[in-house]
Amino acid sequence: MAKRSAPEVNAGSMADIAFLLLIFFLVTTTIPKDSGINRKLPPMEPPNDEEVVIKEKNIFTVLLNGKDQLLVEDELMELKDLRAAAIKFLDNGGDGSCDYCNGAKDPKSSDNPDKAIISLKNERETSYSAYISVQNELVAAYNDLRNKRALQIGPKRGFRDMDFVKMEKEYKDPKFNGNKEKLKEVIDQIRNEYPEKLSEVQ
Amino acid sequence: MSKFKNKKDNALPAVNTASLPDIVFMLLFFFMVVTVMREDNLLIENKLPLADQVEKLDKKNPISYIYAGKPARGYEKFGTEARLQLNDKFADIKEIQAFINAERAALREELVPYLTISLKVDRDANMGIVGDIKQELREANALKINYTTGTGSAMDN
Repeated sequence: MAKRSAPEVNAGSMADIAFLLLIFFLVTTTIPKDSGINRKLPPMEPPNDEEVVIKEKNIFTVLLNGKDQLLVEDELMELKDLRAAAIKFLDNGGDGSCDYCNGAKDPKSSDNPDKAIISLKNERETSYSAYISVQNELVAAYNDLRNKRALQIGPKRGFRDMDFVKMEKEYKDPKFNGNKEKLKEVIDQIRNEYPEKLSEVQ
Repeated sequence: MSKFKNKKDNALPAVNTASLPDIVFMLLFFFMVVTVMREDNLLIENKLPLADQVEKLDKKNPISYIYAGKPARGYEKFGTEARLQLNDKFADIKEIQAFINAERAALREELVPYLTISLKVDRDANMGIVGDIKQELREANALKINYTTGTGSAMDN
């Protein structure tokens, strides 16, 4: 025992200290899960006298009343049928100018997707969750149409097996290794073909 | 035969816990990386509705949060109607414009047009308060909004 080694430091409580830190971070932090439906509010406009005339058949009225009942084109409807009804209206192509539409070409419904407007009205007593459900279904209707169109024109432009939602995601993804400008062109074209025209009545 | 007799007693050897701190540190670092500090202390109930056509909120752009919902437990004295919360306290609808301006003042100038307002509204709130918020935002010219929702089927709402 000529040489005495330094005594080992007891590390038994290290775990306790680490646990303490861990619990502190667990309590004070949250896992961010922010995602949602993006919307753009209409700007405040100076009152103008011009009245825009829109044909009755080009408006798809959705009314959500205070009891969360859905009234679509003056008829009571279940939420699950809303998406199909909106797609039918948007994709109608009544005046024949829309060569990519697959709708019924019913002259009593919308002329073409560019003119078709969905008008959403709610009352003050409507619950927020019902409102979000309706918004979600209407966005889904647009997305469904755009996805279908993307799968049609995508392969010709070199974007095979990508629907519109995926295209947008890839476009935002910095790791995407493809031609971004071409992708942007396709996205813009589809956006123009099925413009999102959703107006909210105050 | 005592030569082969076990010198130690028969008690089980202690489990080596030397690597326990490492494991805990690993967990700690995991949580430090994936989480963010809680920004606002919620005074209201905030159960978000569900939707499935959601887009991720772009973290590159500045985001301001507006919360609404009925006062949480412990704050019942503020009533049972849905209330608005800005930052850490209850607020009046009229205060939104000032809030937006304050948020804008804190930003770098080139980022101001990209300010997104995230509406975190409780699912049981009614549209009256949401409509009022939207009207105020329009007046404040903060037009980019996001109805922040959970992910799930909208039919379950």
